[in-house]
Amino acid sequence: MKLGYSTYHYWRKSKSAITTTLCVLSALVAVVPLFLIFFYSLSQGIGSLNLNFFIKMPTPVGESGGGMANAIVGTGILIGLGSLLGLPVSIMTGIYLAEHKHGSFASIVRFLTDVLSGIPSIVVGVVAYIIVVLPMKHFSALAGGVALGILMIPTATRTTEEMMLLVPHTIREAALALGIPRWKVTLRVILPSALRGITTGILLALARAAGETAPLLFTALGNRFWSTDIGQPIAALSVFIYDYARAPFADWNRQAWAAAFVLIFLITIINVIFRFVTRGRYAGTGNGH
Amino acid sequence: MAHSASDIAAPVAQGSGGEAKMASPPGVFLRSQKRKSVNLGDTIFQSSTTFFAFLVFVLVFLMAYEMYRGSVPSIEKFGWSFLTREIWDPVQDEYGALVFIFGTVVSSIVALTFALPLSIGVAVFLSELAPGWIEKPMSFLIELLAAIPSIVYGLWGVFVLVPWLRVSVEPVLSRNLKFLPFFTGPSYGFGMLAAGIILAIMVLPIITSISRDVLKAIPTAQREAALALGATRWETTRIVLSDAKSGLLGATLLGLGRAVGETMAVTMVIGNRPEISASLLAPGYTMASVIANEFTEATSDMYVSSLIEIALILFVLTVLLNAAARLIVWSVTKKFKNA
Amino acid sequence: MQEQETAIDDRVAKAPLVIGTKREAGHMIETKMSTKNVEAFFGKSQALFGISLDIPTKNVVAIIGPSGCGKSTYLRCLNRMHEVAGGTRKGSIMLDGEEINEYDPVLLRRRVGMVFQKPNPFPSMSIFDNVAAGLRLNGTTKKKTLEEIVERSLRQAALFDEVKDILDRSGVSLSGGQQQRLCIARALAVDPEVILMDEPASALDPIATAKIEELIQELKKNYTIVIVTHNMQQAARVSDLTAFFYIGKLIEFDETNRLFTSPQKKQTEDYITGRFG
Repeated sequence: MKLGYSTYHYWRKSKSAITTTLCVLSALVAVVPLFLIFFYSLSQGIGSLNLNFFIKMPTPVGESGGGMANAIVGTGILIGLGSLLGLPVSIMTGIYLAEHKHGSFASIVRFLTDVLSGIPSIVVGVVAYIIVVLPMKHFSALAGGVALGILMIPTATRTTEEMMLLVPHTIREAALALGIPRWKVTLRVILPSALRGITTGILLALARAAGETAPLLFTALGNRFWSTDIGQPIAALSVFIYDYARAPFADWNRQAWAAAFVLIFLITIINVIFRFVTRGRYAGTGNGH
Repeated sequence: MAHSASDIAAPVAQGSGGEAKMASPPGVFLRSQKRKSVNLGDTIFQSSTTFFAFLVFVLVFLMAYEMYRGSVPSIEKFGWSFLTREIWDPVQDEYGALVFIFGTVVSSIVALTFALPLSIGVAVFLSELAPGWIEKPMSFLIELLAAIPSIVYGLWGVFVLVPWLRVSVEPVLSRNLKFLPFFTGPSYGFGMLAAGIILAIMVLPIITSISRDVLKAIPTAQREAALALGATRWETTRIVLSDAKSGLLGATLLGLGRAVGETMAVTMVIGNRPEISASLLAPGYTMASVIANEFTEATSDMYVSSLIEIALILFVLTVLLNAAARLIVWSVTKKFKNA
Repeated sequence: MQEQETAIDDRVAKAPLVIGTKREAGHMIETKMSTKNVEAFFGKSQALFGISLDIPTKNVVAIIGPSGCGKSTYLRCLNRMHEVAGGTRKGSIMLDGEEINEYDPVLLRRRVGMVFQKPNPFPSMSIFDNVAAGLRLNGTTKKKTLEEIVERSLRQAALFDEVKDILDRSGVSLSGGQQQRLCIARALAVDPEVILMDEPASALDPIATAKIEELIQELKKNYTIVIVTHNMQQAARVSDLTAFFYIGKLIEFDETNRLFTSPQKKQTEDYITGRFG
């Protein structure tokens, strides 16, 4: 009997073709919102993206014009505070995890860092409220900084660890064979080699922090006026977007879009840089997201 | 060399110790010098890194503890019934989390219903079908989708998604499917459906990228074996998918974890009405949203405490989801690394 | 007095001949490092079985043998790098008569340097910084001192002329052979007494290999060298003494000429004539 193509065979082949098509379609559908959001925010916000936006203060309720200068500075201060609080811990912990690949305490810490990364930012905000706002008896930039610092820890730690582990072990060997003490090898040979990747990873963590809104709502609170006092409420770009989006004034809505576009733009640039710096090194590791 | 072979003693191999003199060059070790790796620098460095790692360890437990402490008044007053009461009355100081748990669960389920098939489809596309020059940029775009802040999704949701739903989608659903309890009621645009869709978009990148990694971790040998048996592409993929089952489950759990905790995007489109309704068209309220909306306006201590208790519930929920997911994903990739 | 001299003469005459050292009356052969009954383990599996071997000063000792016979493991025991990879060791290894286990490995490694199979210059440092690394990270910071030592080491490694104008370029921007000589310069900069080389030329092309072999001949005037190589011809060209290892055991150790022309053990002869390997 000839190796003929039965009907069943055609059915199998067409099932394969159909599902393949479905997969391709899913991919297209999945990417559509990204472009929608990107271009929508650009088109809506472009009207407001002028110099005023960056250097002027917000106008009184109802008036058009003005900008988000205080919010931009506020976000900068909040990220700065968060970095101060969160980065040293993250980098040192990342180094610890890289140096103790198989230790049992290290595994626990690694696990807890992953757990920490899954905690919703609003919950972190509540914690920051309890440990900073309540004792101080008022909202403050400091509380917001604490929340953001905690949020940065998982990403920064994971990045530090992975970048340190990527440095080939032959480098460590060569350094040890020169009679350099262990700690200097880690700190002055391996860490510098990993530094580029670590810095970009930290930039990613900062970018995430810049977009956070929920935890700031009851820590830093927001501020319509100019303030750089860390003991007082402070404005933030993300909170401004939230307020302006809900306002019934079209001009404010447009400003919200403009701010959103600035955020997306920055985040995209940083992600591109990160991809560029770590190109070819990841090749499908387990938890790359 | 004037010496004959017999002058020369046996090769040095078998210990000529006694015969040869040991020279003493300048850099000789002194007994007083550091014994066996007692190096001060090493000790300080080790202690420092361990200290900070310990801080992280402590942090997680500290967070849990503080939230528990803040919830104590509410726990004492309502006990376990807090989870089953439908009341949310700030005036009477009577609170219950049921509405919000319902809102969180339903919005997450809706989100997963949309996101899961799409994510698996994209993951299959990226790991099995797409050539490298498509796969890399597309993976990057998906990652970018994950990086967009919640508030921006919310903004888009309010000005684009909700109007579209209100005008084009929900009336259609409402007219044609109103015999189903899911589509009753007026179409505000705002509501569970909007929240579900936005969550789906936000959750898709996570499920996709982890699923893609899990699929890629399955060795090519498996696919080759299937193809060599005469399987079609789809059949091969099905085999790979079933191998990756638990990893995909883990990815889903992680996505669920994010959906449960999402705040801003959901708050802006869900309507924020503390009511339980079967209809997707109705407004709802999630745990994260109520905290975001009412925390700063909470007037009484019991109010605040109840909100903190809701945060505690969220905390426990996401920790459990995350832990379960990580364990599963870890065991899958480990299984195949050892294979 | 006469008797004493005769006794000394006897001892000298009976002591092993070491190529390169003069056998004058009263002049004894100096052993730089001696290893007795060395056994090395990776967890439960044993890699070296009772190696006893003396390495004389300012000679080149080559270690040959088929893959996996423990040559590299033995080498790494000499500067305690074996334990960095998680291994354990029994037996005694002495440097100038002192057991190396008793002292801080950091100090040991400054006296016993190592060059690896694949050149591994530090990627985040320039050529100058690479050579200076061992010094800088051990406390030497004076610019002038560093410059002098870097130049001296690069000259010793026969690399100075090629890189003297590009000292601040990255260490990894050089060719393979140059990188390896850079690693040698780096090892020389800390002024070791012994240099261990683990198949230093196996990753290099023939011309670069020849340069390295020339270098070894120059270096042995001032340093004791132990080189592991899977290339027998290289061992024959370059070394004064050769040790043949097989599955973790020392089979034969003799002057290179003798080992290659009239080996004492059959296994050695089989390996040299290519009957296995």
